[in-house]
Amino acid sequence: MKNQLEELSNPERFHSPIGIKDFPTDTLIEMFELMMTIRKTEQRLALGRKDGLIGGPVHLGVGQEAIAVGISEYLRKTDRVFGAHRSHAHLLALNPDFYRLFAEVLGKKTGFSKGMGGSMHLWNQPSGFYGSVPIVAGTVSLAVGAAMAAKLQKTGDIGVAYIGDGAVEEGVVHESFNLAKIQNAPMLFVIENNLFASHMHISLRQPNNMIARFAVANEIPYELVDGNDVVAVAQASKRLINDIRAGKGPRLIELVTYRWYGHVDWRDDVDVGVKRSLDDIDNWKARDPIARLSKAMIKANIWSAEQQEALEVKLDRNIRSAWDKAMNDSYPSSDSTLKYVYAAT
Amino acid sequence: MTTQKHNYGTAILSAFEYLLENYPEVFVIGQGLWSPWYVGNSMTDLDKKFGIERVIDTPVSESACTGAAVGASLAGMKPIVVHPRMDFMLYAMDAVVNQAAKWSHMLGGQAHPGVTIRSIINRGGEQGAQHSQALHAWFAHVPGLRVVMPSTVADARDLLIASVLCNDPVMYIDDRWLYEQEDDLPPVIELNLTEQRPVVSLTGEDITIVASGHSSLLARKAAQQLEGENISVEVVDVRVLNPFYAEEIINSVKKTKNLLVVDSGWMSGGFSAEIIAKVVENLPVSCLRNPPMRVALPDAPAPTSRVLEKAYYTSVEDVVEAVKKIVKK
Repeated sequence: MKNQLEELSNPERFHSPIGIKDFPTDTLIEMFELMMTIRKTEQRLALGRKDGLIGGPVHLGVGQEAIAVGISEYLRKTDRVFGAHRSHAHLLALNPDFYRLFAEVLGKKTGFSKGMGGSMHLWNQPSGFYGSVPIVAGTVSLAVGAAMAAKLQKTGDIGVAYIGDGAVEEGVVHESFNLAKIQNAPMLFVIENNLFASHMHISLRQPNNMIARFAVANEIPYELVDGNDVVAVAQASKRLINDIRAGKGPRLIELVTYRWYGHVDWRDDVDVGVKRSLDDIDNWKARDPIARLSKAMIKANIWSAEQQEALEVKLDRNIRSAWDKAMNDSYPSSDSTLKYVYAAT
Repeated sequence: MTTQKHNYGTAILSAFEYLLENYPEVFVIGQGLWSPWYVGNSMTDLDKKFGIERVIDTPVSESACTGAAVGASLAGMKPIVVHPRMDFMLYAMDAVVNQAAKWSHMLGGQAHPGVTIRSIINRGGEQGAQHSQALHAWFAHVPGLRVVMPSTVADARDLLIASVLCNDPVMYIDDRWLYEQEDDLPPVIELNLTEQRPVVSLTGEDITIVASGHSSLLARKAAQQLEGENISVEVVDVRVLNPFYAEEIINSVKKTKNLLVVDSGWMSGGFSAEIIAKVVENLPVSCLRNPPMRVALPDAPAPTSRVLEKAYYTSVEDVVEAVKKIVKK
């Protein structure tokens, strides 16, 4: 495999604090809190799954929080964001209501999808989250269509599709890149390259580990960024989103990252992962997007270890009570299975 | 009331014109739309009248274009995606079956993919196995996807309009073998698709033929022929295959006590079986004078060679023979 990602794919690099120079302090703290919220929410889900309280699969993105948070910083509530199977963060970055996520994953009617979706089918259009589904690449063309709609509607909104490095192996992604370009659709393709599709390392699936080569093939301008540096993600996405809103057509951003858990549920998956080792995981944990921001803020004297501890205590308490509340909520009524098949009556 | 002379193709065209004129959220996407020779006379000059922004000719990408239409519908548009041949649409099955048909249900009734997928059965002329398929039974099997097969000139227009105005995904299937039919149409009335049911298109006493799309036309022609032989045939046109309401069909069979189903798909696992099942489940065994029968395609892909092809597709004569077999038992 050609290593066009070069050092970005080297787990021993980029362990030091991220650069935060000239970035607004308020935004840094806000993004830090959001990343921490997402992480703790997913860790609670991991525990719930391990304890057998969650019946269905959960695909956790712990370690990848900087991507959704950085991308969402410059999105509007009227933009059209589409996720996939690993989309808790994509939704929470737009609406951090972890109580409704817990309720959904537990199959309760108070959940984001009224208890009809679970972890893999999430919806919260009022915040811009149009939906996520577990068919790999299943929403990419939908996002392009929502972007084409925005162009026809002249709203200035954009479509956003989160796409994994595995999803680009689906043909429809390439059709979608081409269609978005030829239609000059206001569309941001977000490539979360965590180097794995389920258990398979990218070197076993593709001849080159840089997904942005497909942007080149479709004349779509792109940026390649350290996905564990929330400031770099936010700055690059701001540039790209500005271009898209200015009518310049689709853009792609590739973010190199790594998931701490295995493909599904709470395990490390070093036994089923091909080319996945505890050493690699430890190294990637040292490239932790949250710790790197925390260290940078403490070093710059805009944040303290005490503040962080207070924040974590508050989040832990809120997450515990939201989980307990969701656990006690009701399941959907028995008529729900037939009730939602059609919208029109 | 003033009526307008139409054939099946121009009736579809007039539905497109009505929708594009009256609903700014309607747009059309599909291959060949800027040179619509693929689709008979059913889309002529729409691009010139309504602009290429709303009548979008596309790359050769059935999957992405169908998915894009689904996504646009989630964003408040009323898209119509056109597949000039159903066979090529098979590239788009994820968008149709996994996405459009399921978003309402799996997201708690909050997402509404009100997309219309116009899919054309285009067969005959020695085109063979991949330019011929009638896969309505597949789609009727999928909960969440409304399936419409207009057989008459009026339905070609009015059910297309109803499909597009419906807030659910609709598979609208028309058949090139129906395009020459002519009729005088009254001005458009907007129908509520959810209220559409099978209709008795010819009344009779001796036997009920149930069919949809082009098969309904065959049934009507067979009925006319059989009239001369003193066999009185009632024809029920299904129109909407999913969700499937069979009450009109059951009532008709209750009256005639004989049932023949004609279907343009294959026999095994086809929609003809669903019709018979619905009838026999809902009528006492004693109600039928004879076992119901089906006329459908042999369980083989469409052949190209003309002799084989002629034998393969159902003719009016095949329907006439089947009726006689039943009533003369």
